[in-house]
Amino acid sequence: MGALLTPRGWWALIGSGLIAAVGVPLANLLPAPGSALHLPDYMVPLLGKYACFAILALSLDLVWGYAGILSLGHGAFFALGGYCMGMHLMRQIGPRGVYGHPVLPDFMVFLNWKELPWYWQGFDQFWFAALMAMLVPGALALAFGYFAFRSRVTGVYLSIITQALTFALLLAFFRNDMGFGGNNGLTDFKDILGFPVQARATRLGLFVASVAALGASFLICRLVVASKLGRVLLAIRDAESRVRFLGYSVTNAKLFAFVLSATMAGVAGALYVPQVGIINPSEFSPANSIEIAIWVAVGGRGTLIGAVAGAGLVNGAKSWLTGVAPELWLFALGALFVVVTLFLPRGIVGLAARWKAREP
Amino acid sequence: MIVMFRFLACLWFLLAAPAFADPLADLIPKLGRGGFADKAEVAAELGALGDGRAIAALRALADGKLVTRADGSVAIAEPAGEGVKLAHPLTGADLGTSAADTVERIRINNRLRAAIAAALGALQIFSPNPEERLAAAREAAKAPTPELALALDKALAAETVPAVRAALRSAQAAVQLSVGTIEQRIRAVEALSAATDPQVRNLLRQVAQAAEAPAELRAAAETALRSIERRLQLAGLAEILFQGVSLGSVLLLAAIGLAITFGVMGVINMAHGEMIMIGAYTAFVVQEIFRAYLPPDAVDLYLPAAVPAAFLAAALVGIALERGVIRFLYGRALETLLATWGISLMLQQAVRSVFGAPNKEVANPAWMTGGFEPVGGFFVAYNRLAIVVFCFLVLGAIALILRRTAFGLHVRAVTQNRDMAKAMGIPVARIDALTFGLGSGIAGMAGVALSQIGNVSPNLGQIYIVDSFMVVVFGGVGSLLGTLAGAMTLGVINKLLEPVAGAVLGKIVVLAAIIVFIQRRPRGLFAPRGRAAEG
Amino acid sequence: MIDDRSGRLSDALLYLDGVSVSFDGFKALNALSLIVGQGELRTVIGPNGAGKTTMMDVITGRTRPDAGAALFDGRHDLTRLDEAAIANLGIGRKFQRPTVFENLSVFENLELALKAPRGVFAGLGFRLGGGEARRIEDILVQVGLAERRHQQAGALSHGQKQWLEIGMLLVQDARLLLLDEPVAGMTDAETEATAGLLRAIAGERTVVVVEHDMEFVRGLGCPVTVLHEGSVLAEGSLDKVQADPRVIDVYLGR
Repeated sequence: MGALLTPRGWWALIGSGLIAAVGVPLANLLPAPGSALHLPDYMVPLLGKYACFAILALSLDLVWGYAGILSLGHGAFFALGGYCMGMHLMRQIGPRGVYGHPVLPDFMVFLNWKELPWYWQGFDQFWFAALMAMLVPGALALAFGYFAFRSRVTGVYLSIITQALTFALLLAFFRNDMGFGGNNGLTDFKDILGFPVQARATRLGLFVASVAALGASFLICRLVVASKLGRVLLAIRDAESRVRFLGYSVTNAKLFAFVLSATMAGVAGALYVPQVGIINPSEFSPANSIEIAIWVAVGGRGTLIGAVAGAGLVNGAKSWLTGVAPELWLFALGALFVVVTLFLPRGIVGLAARWKAREP
Repeated sequence: MIVMFRFLACLWFLLAAPAFADPLADLIPKLGRGGFADKAEVAAELGALGDGRAIAALRALADGKLVTRADGSVAIAEPAGEGVKLAHPLTGADLGTSAADTVERIRINNRLRAAIAAALGALQIFSPNPEERLAAAREAAKAPTPELALALDKALAAETVPAVRAALRSAQAAVQLSVGTIEQRIRAVEALSAATDPQVRNLLRQVAQAAEAPAELRAAAETALRSIERRLQLAGLAEILFQGVSLGSVLLLAAIGLAITFGVMGVINMAHGEMIMIGAYTAFVVQEIFRAYLPPDAVDLYLPAAVPAAFLAAALVGIALERGVIRFLYGRALETLLATWGISLMLQQAVRSVFGAPNKEVANPAWMTGGFEPVGGFFVAYNRLAIVVFCFLVLGAIALILRRTAFGLHVRAVTQNRDMAKAMGIPVARIDALTFGLGSGIAGMAGVALSQIGNVSPNLGQIYIVDSFMVVVFGGVGSLLGTLAGAMTLGVINKLLEPVAGAVLGKIVVLAAIIVFIQRRPRGLFAPRGRAAEG
Repeated sequence: MIDDRSGRLSDALLYLDGVSVSFDGFKALNALSLIVGQGELRTVIGPNGAGKTTMMDVITGRTRPDAGAALFDGRHDLTRLDEAAIANLGIGRKFQRPTVFENLSVFENLELALKAPRGVFAGLGFRLGGGEARRIEDILVQVGLAERRHQQAGALSHGQKQWLEIGMLLVQDARLLLLDEPVAGMTDAETEATAGLLRAIAGERTVVVVEHDMEFVRGLGCPVTVLHEGSVLAEGSLDKVQADPRVIDVYLGR
């Protein structure tokens, strides 16, 4: 109670972080290709992607596992962060686009636009894009959450309107005249901070940055859930109205968690985009957002480590199965939703805890 | 009714026309006599007469296949071996073959050729091909001549295709506006002010803006235009309202089962959309079976058979879902949401594996294709109308089930107070399963309805699921009236916004509006108030 | 008479006047007027549907009245504040069904209720001070849960949850305690102990108890207000209201 991490927890966190941040680049660079120890190049951005998904899972766990808000629109915050970074990467292309326009991205030239829309201003600066990747999702969460929580929209109602939120954004981003590349989204990136995005060193750098962001996100979440505010959130999850009668503002507590969570999701999206090289409206699809919930549920909601583990496991399984038998993946994912909710309500962390309790 | 009337009119025309003295029969032989100028005059008269039977003869003449026989009569000749095969120029009846030298080809020159083309152009409005008729009518409207008046009247009396009728009417108007004295033309304008045809409006606008037209004619056209504008606006509004109600009916069918299960069990079934999809595929399967095993004229009967089949198929899946998964999650609404989402993924993928990913087409039965125009500018498609009617029948049936049967009484009891209902010995578990079956079955029937207005694909349900949720959230849970109001409001608002904002933006606006609305009334439009309502 | 009323009004802690609430035509409260003085112990009784819980809902901001005034301490208009703001004025409530936070320990439940800044960022940086920890320990002893301080609250018995909830009100440092059926599910001994505890609290704090258990009400030995159909039917000592024919009529049926 109160302490951020136990000494053992600190060791585990720093140790696993180091193994990832040092071991992966070494395994990729040192052994000769073909050797058993060699990590193939394609694995680096894949692992980086998992780290981003783990941040996203943490962010959903914070609101769902601790505050009881099952957001089915978290993919929207992720995508918004991704679009902010994508806009920066588009502007970095500069005159190297297919049409060679010095400022306008290709799709704008294609649409016969004459000048950059006002909301694309500033994104040529990395710091600005990075700031916006947090502020834009945060601001949307603040506005949406303020009205929703103040009106005491809870439970499945809240889930449904968050789904409507991301669905509306999906439709909006499909429109060409929104100015975000419509159906195709933003892609064909060239470099980030002066480094070519496809280069091995850049990919390793992005991977290490993602792992660092994951570690930081974990600590921030830990800071919140270990504080008294964390216990207020748990109390809200279990008996919301009772918390009000104790004098706590449920609206404010939820809003804090929701905005923090959306900001983290935005960061995850911003790190994700340069590693996969594209951002398009399908990231807003409601199905993507619901999938995040199953990562958290598989790992064990209400436990931070569970969210991270769940994101890694489910996405690892997805990569493997869509490679081996793509038509089976949706069956497997669907079955996972059913099996976890029916038989593993506390996820694998809960299962491990039960085994551990039985052992002695 | 209207179809029937039209059919009778058509029949009358076909039967009655030959009974009168036939000017055509007098004119055709004249094609074989006199000089080129005389023949051209006859061709023009044939065009003006407006009788489609002249087309064959004129075409033959243009192609050099019209011949005079020894007795001075005219026939259409087709080369057949050594000789020629003769056919009656009007009826096409076989007149036997004869040697090539017993008949004489009627020769034509360029002037005559032009006259034939003009006459054929006018007569095209009688062509059996509706597209040719449409093109001819549009042509006529562009170059109105007094000679066309009679032909247009006749063509209009026989025409059944709405689009062609509209084009013919505007051609008629164009003729009336362009010929005669000023007084006649003003009368024509005044007569047209009762029309609602957009093309008539364009014509009147031309008249009103024509610099050479007399001032009083232009003034009359202005007045007529204003009254048409008003009427067209009303017709347009009526059409939007109808489209809105039609969309609302689709939404209602899709959402009503969701509202019932949500109301009774407090769970959101994310696989509800897949029940719709199953219903649509059931319609497809029933159609294929009918096509394979029944005579072609019985295939249209697949639709009445598909409705109960889809209900049963979806209801069985729904009951299996409730018994197999949902009942173990009672009281954990968010987990139910996730589990049913998983089911929905599996059902989609299963259907994709069985039927393949590409869209399947379910054809409208003949009686559901096309539509009618109660007033100009307001088109009602039969398949949309059928869905509206079907939707209200379903709503009525559900209302009856809930109000008049013991099952309905139990459902309402469980909705209001589950624990109390259980304590009173109501078999809550069975009610849950049956309610779920009912809700899913209705979704299945919604799928049949959707198969009539679009293609059937494995992700059909996903298209409607968010909208269905919005209807339920907007209307309030567990209230048929609320669902009805929610569906119709959303349908109409969507369609009202579409012309202003475009379909996608309109939808975004509606979603945003609901997100705002739910903050004002978190429990919907028709939510119960009071202590029982707060949890 | 008028002097007397105004004299009571000046030191009234809770002042309800003409409060009406209706749900879909059903009048849950009908021009209810009630005055509770500083430091008073008061019991409210009445048959089911008399409006006892709705009255508490109005005082704690859960339900907005259609008409009437509700003042706390003579200056705070309770009809304009939300639940949290009212709780922070010093009004604590115990629900009819005990609602403690089942996934938190007994100690954590009390820690949440402890009087301290309620803001989000205050919660983020909160450290339990030594004095505060001792206060929680005192209350734990007072409500007899010292042995179970680390147990999850969900594992407590019904009666223990009732005590925990009372403990939460105490540690909240509320000036006005509203208790809805505090002894339901308690043994006779526990009931007696609760009555003693409430008697001890009263004076320093103001306590309003809604209760059905007449033995308990007698044990409290305080003035009783009888509610019926949303308004006050009778007021006075228990013996006096029990002798009132209108009260007998209401309780024994018409």
